[in-house]
Amino acid sequence: MAKLSKEEVKHVAHLARLAITDEEAEKFAEQLGKITDFAQTLNELDTTNVKPTSHVLPIVNVMREDVAQKGLDRDVMMLNVKEQVDGQVKVPPILED
Amino acid sequence: MTLFERSSKELQEGLHNGEFSIADLTNEAFARIENLDGDVQAFLALNKDKAAEQAAEMDKVPFEQRGPLFGLPIGVKDNIVTEGLETTCASKILEGFMPIYDATVVKKLREAGMITVGKLNMDEFAMGSSNENSAFKTTKNPWNLDHVPGGSSGASAASVAAGEVPFSLGSDTGGSIRQPAAYCGVVGMKPTYGRVSRSGLVAFASSLDQIGPITRNVYDNALLLEAIAGVDPNDSTSANVPVPNYVSKLDGDIKGLRIAVPKEFLGEGVGDAARNAVLEALEVLKGLGATVDEVSLPHSKYALAAYYILSSSEASSNLSRFDGIRYGYRAEGVKNLMELYKETRAQGFGDEVKRRIMLGTYSLSAGTYDAYYKKAQQVRTLIKEDYDKVFENYDVIVGPTAPTAAFKVGENVDDPLTMYANDILTIPINLAGVPAISIPCGFDNNLPLGLQIIGKHFDEETIYRTAFAYEQATEFHHQTPQIWEGK
Repeated sequence: MAKLSKEEVKHVAHLARLAITDEEAEKFAEQLGKITDFAQTLNELDTTNVKPTSHVLPIVNVMREDVAQKGLDRDVMMLNVKEQVDGQVKVPPILED
Repeated sequence: MTLFERSSKELQEGLHNGEFSIADLTNEAFARIENLDGDVQAFLALNKDKAAEQAAEMDKVPFEQRGPLFGLPIGVKDNIVTEGLETTCASKILEGFMPIYDATVVKKLREAGMITVGKLNMDEFAMGSSNENSAFKTTKNPWNLDHVPGGSSGASAASVAAGEVPFSLGSDTGGSIRQPAAYCGVVGMKPTYGRVSRSGLVAFASSLDQIGPITRNVYDNALLLEAIAGVDPNDSTSANVPVPNYVSKLDGDIKGLRIAVPKEFLGEGVGDAARNAVLEALEVLKGLGATVDEVSLPHSKYALAAYYILSSSEASSNLSRFDGIRYGYRAEGVKNLMELYKETRAQGFGDEVKRRIMLGTYSLSAGTYDAYYKKAQQVRTLIKEDYDKVFENYDVIVGPTAPTAAFKVGENVDDPLTMYANDILTIPINLAGVPAISIPCGFDNNLPLGLQIIGKHFDEETIYRTAFAYEQATEFHHQTPQIWEGK
């Protein structure tokens, strides 16, 4: 499983929304292959019945009072939007003709 | 010679005696940056006008209303958002990004009266160990400009080592505060996960990231951590644990302190210079009344692989927000939304960031999830249990911060795995979530080496007490690079 093919890398790049050229796919396939190879060392460990750790502190469901709070100003929030029309974010076509 | 060779205490005395003003201190920072940053290349953005305004206002505040950090200049890593001051994470994809609020730590710096003088270079999105992954510039090690400052908070460490600023903030996901602190001969603390709010820290790996202080001495480091620590409603992972008055506990007395030295930290992959410096440091600590025993952290060698899977998986999710829509770089000439996403990200991210996003995406994919992501999470449990076990019988764990002193610029850029291996001694600490500091403990060919002191969850106090006692007994922290004297 360790070796990654160029096609697999292209598929992963698509999932990650990264445009990728043929040459890049080849380069990344080799580099990522080495890293995933290295990751195989984890298989030396028997982890049957070991609980996975996603977070080191024993905290869950941190709630606050259910009271409305003032958010950021709408105009301020649009400050970094490159293309906007009438206070709305503009994007290219989502559906093809 | 610079005012910044003085400690915070001495700087406050100078202010109090009228020897200099807060405006003078701010000017000193900008003058040092002007003089040295052409070589060091630490700063990405300067806050000159606002800092001057702030300094003038603060000079009017009566002394009795000032705290120990009041009026002192600080540099902030560029992945911590600062309202109205460009924040890029050293990535092309955030070039020109103007934050609309301050990170919680930045608010706290202001409450303490500190003056932010500028934003510090880093590896893009904190992914790297050398600062060579910055999209804008490569920061250099002030001790030898041919060498890297470490990373990812390389410029946070280099700016303090060069005396451009007396304080800085960095962030640490797998060693990004401690490794550069070691390489640059300064003091860097990665607090317990949850000790410092991450609100306003651009997320890399949310279960590992922590903000922490970098300073020239232990006392100032403790002072700065105290100022930025504490629970924050804007970060639900920040811990509701009281923050002690660290500096009041720094008395140099560590009699009876139980030190554990993991054999894995002095074995294969660790250079002679780093090993010998640590062995000498242990003699110093014994001389101060500590006991030293060898222990084992048997899963240490698996930490690196587990870390790269977990941190990259979290990064692939966190970095999905950079899509060219709401902020940052936006690709031109695209015909639909999918192309906009893909082209923006392909053009905006550097290679290391792309590698990690793809590794993370792959690890989280159906079919590989159990073999990679879940497996790495299980290994994380084993690593954490190693630390829990040792801390049942010991107060601190001590070892080197990095296997060697700073390597040369360009030496490791083409080989990700060799580059990653610089972090083998710091990564397990993030996986376990415990706090750790790096302090200067020697030199190899005139390049600094770091001593790493690791503590129990939320016991930064014992780390600081140990580090302070060691620092008082040694002279390493008084040494400064040649560049310090200015040109």
